[in-house]
Amino acid sequence: MISVRLSSFRPFPWLILIVTAAFALVPWWTDNVTWRENLILAALDITLASNLNLMLGYAGYVNFGNIVMFGLGGYIGVYLVSVWHWPLLGATLAGAIAVSIIAYLFGLGVLRLRGAYFALATIGVNEAVSVFVTNFEPWGGATGLYLSLGAYAPLGGPGRALWIVYFLMVAVMGLSLALSYAIRHSKFGLGLLAIGENEDAAATLGVPTRIYKAMVYSVSAFLPAIAGGLYFFKSGIIEPSGAFDLTTSIEAIVMVMLGGQGTVAGPAIGAFLYEELRGYLLTAQTFSHFQLVVAGLLLLVIVLFAPGGLLGFVHQKLPFTRRWLE
Amino acid sequence: MTALLEVTDLGKRFGGVEAVADLDLEVSAGELLGLIGPNGAGKSTVFNLINGVVAPDSGRIVFAGANITGNAPYIVARHGIARAHQIVQPLAGLSVLENCTVGACFGRDNLSLARAREIAREVVTTVGLAERMDTLAGSLTTAGKKRLELARALSARPRLLLLDEVLAGLNPTEVEEMIEIVQDIRRAGVAILMIEHVMRAIMRLSDRIVVLDLGRKLAAGRPQEVANDPKVIEAYLGDSNLLATTDGAA
Amino acid sequence: MAEILASVIDGVLIGAVYGLAAMGLTLIWGVMNVINLSHGAIIVFGMFALYSLSPMLGLNPYAALPIGVVIGFVAGMLLYWVAVHRVIGRPPLMSLLSTFAVNMVLIGLGTAFWSTSPYNVPVWLPSVSWQGYTYTGTHIMAAVLAAVIAGLLYLLLYRTRIGKAIRAVSANRAAAELSGIPTTQMLALSFGLGVTLAFASGMLIATLFPFTVLSGGAYQLKSFVVTVLGGLGNPAGALLGGIFLGLIEGVATPFMPVSWMPMIEFTLFVIVLIAFPRGIFSYSRT
Repeated sequence: MISVRLSSFRPFPWLILIVTAAFALVPWWTDNVTWRENLILAALDITLASNLNLMLGYAGYVNFGNIVMFGLGGYIGVYLVSVWHWPLLGATLAGAIAVSIIAYLFGLGVLRLRGAYFALATIGVNEAVSVFVTNFEPWGGATGLYLSLGAYAPLGGPGRALWIVYFLMVAVMGLSLALSYAIRHSKFGLGLLAIGENEDAAATLGVPTRIYKAMVYSVSAFLPAIAGGLYFFKSGIIEPSGAFDLTTSIEAIVMVMLGGQGTVAGPAIGAFLYEELRGYLLTAQTFSHFQLVVAGLLLLVIVLFAPGGLLGFVHQKLPFTRRWLE
Repeated sequence: MTALLEVTDLGKRFGGVEAVADLDLEVSAGELLGLIGPNGAGKSTVFNLINGVVAPDSGRIVFAGANITGNAPYIVARHGIARAHQIVQPLAGLSVLENCTVGACFGRDNLSLARAREIAREVVTTVGLAERMDTLAGSLTTAGKKRLELARALSARPRLLLLDEVLAGLNPTEVEEMIEIVQDIRRAGVAILMIEHVMRAIMRLSDRIVVLDLGRKLAAGRPQEVANDPKVIEAYLGDSNLLATTDGAA
Repeated sequence: MAEILASVIDGVLIGAVYGLAAMGLTLIWGVMNVINLSHGAIIVFGMFALYSLSPMLGLNPYAALPIGVVIGFVAGMLLYWVAVHRVIGRPPLMSLLSTFAVNMVLIGLGTAFWSTSPYNVPVWLPSVSWQGYTYTGTHIMAAVLAAVIAGLLYLLLYRTRIGKAIRAVSANRAAAELSGIPTTQMLALSFGLGVTLAFASGMLIATLFPFTVLSGGAYQLKSFVVTVLGGLGNPAGALLGGIFLGLIEGVATPFMPVSWMPMIEFTLFVIVLIAFPRGIFSYSRT
């Protein structure tokens, strides 16, 4: 649910800043590597969920293949670093730009259709790209690519590199939230919301639907692609099944719906909650298969009874939260 | 005076059915042209053809000198044509103000969000929905939704407004209020092409009327001429009461 | 050349089964504008149903088919009431997500029960020799049965009152409701039928190839390709489209590794979507 007021003070951006700063500073001050490792995963989840929300929550288009952007960004980044010895920043940026351009072109073609067709196309994208990369020798085929220890030397060795990657990932998370917020309050965002409500009416009202959809698809690919480059640089290895893991794609969708699609904080809240849930499940059950069942039931319940997710519910009951926790 | 909207030789088939054929139509700036005809005459199809939802099989549509035949709806909107649909299409999850802001943002002028919101606010107030400014469009009454449909189209500051049965489903008081609003719009200088079944309204409001039957133009002219045209009377099954002027039974 | 012909004929036989699967998907899509994203999972459950039923009941696999069909139908109607009924009027996004959620649950349960190991249903049928090449008996039988089931569906849709009611609801739900048709029940029925077709096709596929819990994805993709080829809501088109896809696979198999097939099908899918946005037979519901 959206509420637009003309008052000048907007509390929520400050919240984004505070949370991002907390992520960055807490592990560093305490020099706690365990926290850092947990939080980097959280930051990654928040990044993926927030960017997915741009398509899913704003424009109403489900992107089942959202992990492809992450995986491709990872592959291009690692490839440029390991084979061409590019610096980390340059490699991830190049990967993100490439992925965004591909996404825009693919989007222009596939997004002229309706949400249902797009959803179907994205279901297949993950599989198709995975198969392609598995057979693509320059990228290591099924075994993937490795980074030698030397790759971390420009950053001052593996230990320091891990911290640098962490801060960069937190920055990406912060940017994702900020981007989500900025779009929400922009003309572009309003057009997307109109498309999400009623695409035909939006078109008649003058919203350039096809271009906007391709643009948001492209924009939603950029930061996840950078996150991919960072994450796999840190891991030191990238291979198809890890890069294009369908489960992660699905989980991102559940996170967005759980927290509240269409809001800025929703995906982040959903990511956090889902992480907790997943952690609990994995220790409570020996069957990881039930993770999928539980996630599925959760998604079903949300869609059937609370499509606005947790934040949607909170906004309804406590209207003042609409400004403070968008 | 060149017409604002010039439709020439317009034609569209759907499968074997000729929805619209050989249609010529003109709307001048500041004019209100009524479009009437029995059900299935093709009136909504004409609207769909004009604002780009459907591409014509034949004919030309020229608006303010520009050829907009077959253009996509969002391009037609940019030229300055806005539409209020027969079956209302509110952006249900957005508020009344936001609905109209969308209209203002993406209409004829390429406005910034802030400016669009100001204009939307004015239009919402003019149309009488000021109390409902922040209500979600989905929770309005039917009359409210119809008014919002109109307000949203107006927010785009169009030169031509396509009104598709904006009076349908309204009670007599609401009809009167809506007629007032339409007259205000006219006085503001917006050209209007209006489909309507409520005869007394169309007789009151129109400068000229075009009658469609089975996709073709049956008659055209001033309201009184059309009302007395035997072909038109016949098309409406000989119910001449239907075309009685202003205070007729309706 | 003759080798390719043999491969093509075999492809056509298998294609009939693809067509049957796609008919289930397109029926649901056409009647209620819902894309059943649990389609693949249902096919998988059909496979495992055959695997479990025949030893359980001591029956020849083909005799277990009718039982499976009944199970599929009941399960389908249940699925409608649980996951689909509430989202019918809502934006299409919701039905995509709800059926997807069902998919997750089914695959999760399947993995828990059967793990991801390959399974096989041994079926013995004599092979048929023609022009020097042998055609597997099971393939022929599967094609015949698919055609029979398709024929039964045709009879149901076009020669019974219920079929007429379903077609009415498919064309214009409001009008059908006003004519006194209990549209909600018709929707449940149609969904049940769609699921039954998918389930049955799963059972047939189990007689042909080994399978795992994760096999559904590939068959779901094939169903999507066939559905857009044949036109939405067009069961006859789906059958033809399935045979066409089988044909393409038959032509391609001698020349390329099987692992490339999903990529080719996906590319075909995207091309058809982009080039024929309203479906090849111009029947679309957008």
